Amino acid sequence: MAAVADTISNVQSRLLVPSTATKNQVITIKTLIQHPMYSGFTKDSSGKTIAREIIHSFTCTFNGQPVFAMDLNPAISANPFIEFPVKVDQSGTFEFTWVDDNGATYKNQAQITVS
Amino acid sequence: MEDISTGMMSRRDLLGAAAGVALISLVPVPADATPDDVKKWVGAAIPGPYQSGKVTISAPPIAENGNTVPIGISVDSPMTDQNYVKTIAVAADGNPLPGVAVIHLSPANGQANVNFRIRLAQTQTITAVAQMSDGTAYAATQLIKVTIGGCGG
Amino acid sequence: MRFLRLIVVAGVALALALVLPHAVVSQSAYPELSSQLSAYSHGSEKSGFLYLDPQTKTMETDDFSNPGFLWIDAAAKLWSTPDGTAGKSCESCHGAPSSMKGVGAKYPMYDVATHNIIDLEQRINMERVNRMGAAPYKWEAKDLVALTAFVKLQSRGMPVAVDASGPAHSFWLDGKKIYETRRGQLDMSCEECHVQFADHKLRSDVLSQGQTNGFPLYRLDWQSLGSVQKRFKGCMENVRAKPFEFGSQEMVDLELYVASRGNGLPVETPAVRK
Repeated sequence: MAAVADTISNVQSRLLVPSTATKNQVITIKTLIQHPMYSGFTKDSSGKTIAREIIHSFTCTFNGQPVFAMDLNPAISANPFIEFPVKVDQSGTFEFTWVDDNGATYKNQAQITVS
Repeated sequence: MEDISTGMMSRRDLLGAAAGVALISLVPVPADATPDDVKKWVGAAIPGPYQSGKVTISAPPIAENGNTVPIGISVDSPMTDQNYVKTIAVAADGNPLPGVAVIHLSPANGQANVNFRIRLAQTQTITAVAQMSDGTAYAATQLIKVTIGGCGG
Repeated sequence: MRFLRLIVVAGVALALALVLPHAVVSQSAYPELSSQLSAYSHGSEKSGFLYLDPQTKTMETDDFSNPGFLWIDAAAKLWSTPDGTAGKSCESCHGAPSSMKGVGAKYPMYDVATHNIIDLEQRINMERVNRMGAAPYKWEAKDLVALTAFVKLQSRGMPVAVDASGPAHSFWLDGKKIYETRRGQLDMSCEECHVQFADHKLRSDVLSQGQTNGFPLYRLDWQSLGSVQKRFKGCMENVRAKPFEFGSQEMVDLELYVASRGNGLPVETPAVRK
């Protein structure tokens, strides 16, 4: 129980989203989240296999509409970095969601003003 | 490259043997994916046939470290409502499992490109397949070399 | 019992999903790293940065996508979070993080109170125990590595300035001896790879000078931020030697000697290495 809570409470995520853009500009969004992405193929120092525990899904919505989604497998490196483009035509809010194998979801958000 | 003295030579041989041991302890995986596994996995994500062209994989020819290899996939597409990339599937033929990622796009992206970081257990070929809105699919592959660090670590 | 545990875990997961620490980064608030390659060498000293592939160099210099900054973000919060019986945070005594400018560049250093050299991790723990009434962090605890990196980051770009003279000198000599002593089944010393055979190939790798100006750093192999002593342990295991214990006298002596080899190189914390 305690181990799960520590993992969750220590998860950091970072976003790089421009704060302004012009209508129909294609912006680049960068995301980074702190997660060991245990593949299920590594062992700890006592030789015991560490069970798989990864972030298996990442989605981004803009004003509630999905604009990007990615299904992640154990081959994705720890501390997943994902960079993708979005064409913006209005101001609004990006919402980012990462879903962990253990059921936890991590969220972050950013605003953009489009003129 | 400088000549290495005889004294170092025997140590180098020992290094080779030691590296073999290091290799085993670093890669404790029972079996690796094969090109056939990749075909099956990709086929389940995006059915063929696969044409060549349109898809570009950017990756270093030699990975600095197999645990974190930055790769980029870009697909030549106008990303309009009539013509856009729906899905990109990425697979690796030398990892314990073939699937790497499936990316879902739409005209909302404006461009079809994505960058992320992957793990490669050994030298192997990455396959990226893009499915277009009209159902056609394009594939590209790239060999990425992965070396064990000089001192086995 | 298991059912109860599931409920608690689910409850915790739900609750914490909403209150997670997060950051939206708009600009770098930290000292800049140079884009000039010439800034990464000093006389005959060369930073490990110069041995990296272009993609890895970019990973280090891009403050957003440098994974080490995930730890920095966490440490920035720790800095102002009270801990311990005195109810103080780092901020209570030190104010803004920028007050640490120049501090990290000098460690390890001689500490008058303990008549010994100490590294930055030890200093942080001393402050926690003596001034905050907080328990010291264990070696390689995530929070300790993060805070050490955070303090060093405030000195980023400044030259490493370790003082090996005066009372620190005898410890420096001990560290030098350790550096030059062969050890392990492979019977190799730090000096052989990092001085004699620096810039030569060790199979497909090019040996660096083993500089520590970027520590704590994000090592691609570890997939996490780690301390210089963690790297020393790894190196010793690679030559099949029994590693020194974290925080032991030998480790700190060695840390002092190796840090001084990089005097004049820029502090690069948090660097990215293979």
